[in-house]
Amino acid sequence: MEPLVIAGKSYSSRLLLGTGKYRDFAETRAAVEASGSQIITVAIRRTNIGQSPDEPNLLDVLPPSQFTLLPNTAGCYTAEDAVRTLRLARELLDGHSLVKLEVLGDQKTLFPDVAATVEAAKILVKEGFQVMVYTSDDPIIARQLEEIGCVAIMPLASLIGSGMGILNPWNLQIIIDNAKVPVIVDAGVGTASDAAIAMELGCDGVLMNTAVASAHNPVLMASAMRKAVEAGREAYLAGRMPKKIYRASPSSPAEGMFTGTQHPAANS
Amino acid sequence: MLEWVALFDRLFCLWFSPKNMQLIINGQQQSYDSPLSVQQLVEKLSLQNKRIAIEYNGEIVPRSRFSEQILNEGDQLEIIVAVGGG
Repeated sequence: MEPLVIAGKSYSSRLLLGTGKYRDFAETRAAVEASGSQIITVAIRRTNIGQSPDEPNLLDVLPPSQFTLLPNTAGCYTAEDAVRTLRLARELLDGHSLVKLEVLGDQKTLFPDVAATVEAAKILVKEGFQVMVYTSDDPIIARQLEEIGCVAIMPLASLIGSGMGILNPWNLQIIIDNAKVPVIVDAGVGTASDAAIAMELGCDGVLMNTAVASAHNPVLMASAMRKAVEAGREAYLAGRMPKKIYRASPSSPAEGMFTGTQHPAANS
Repeated sequence: MLEWVALFDRLFCLWFSPKNMQLIINGQQQSYDSPLSVQQLVEKLSLQNKRIAIEYNGEIVPRSRFSEQILNEGDQLEIIVAVGGG
């Protein structure tokens, strides 16, 4: 199947996986492998001063040589904080410039602050970052972020960590129809069918974390998500049959029936 | 004559008695002997060979400059790592 291309780089997997909320690094690694994801999000935080020298580091478990690491700005509520975080991330990852920008506007809902997101995106693009941007499902903001130069638009399906699925497929459809850069549904996916629906709509990819990490069996759910994203993509490419009510058409031939009894309605 | 004594005293202190300084590392006040470079601090914290990045008074210190960046009283440092996140 044709690859997902982000900022000129090709990826065979259209599932992007977050690395938060797993039981331990072994489970994180196992889930990432089962998902087949090549782009993995990470957060940037203070190191634990006084930690034991042999304490494992996430980048040892998921080395940048094997995965495209996507540092995020989770927890940032201002454009300034988001930009500062990603500058540090670029230093941490030896100049790696592909990043996930999110500027939150509310602690209870984690809804994005789109005005601050636009402000941060402008600065980051100017500084040479390749910005994949988390945003609301507002098609106008999505278009503005693309015009600024973001390399992927990542609208929410529903709130971060909610698992509520795709609440407004029509807005996503408009965003997909308008965009010339990849559109990746980010946030809100709860189970495999949600991921498949996102892909059937024509999304270029799906980014998720909680749906996998908070599943009863995260590694098995990671595998399910991999299949759902692939199935949804193939269904989208195949082109679904039109929906029709009252035009039932049997899959088996109507001719050659030997039982002879017709439904009474046929004679009236 | 008095100035010479004072100067000698200052030089003596600089060379022979390590001066105590306060640094703010990841929001916590910590006491270190000066002089101290970023590289020496990283070693004291057993963070050498770790995947970290450092912000010094709001500016990023590239790894290549850890040795030449000398720390002063009241300096603020943020030492960051990648952690699990979505």
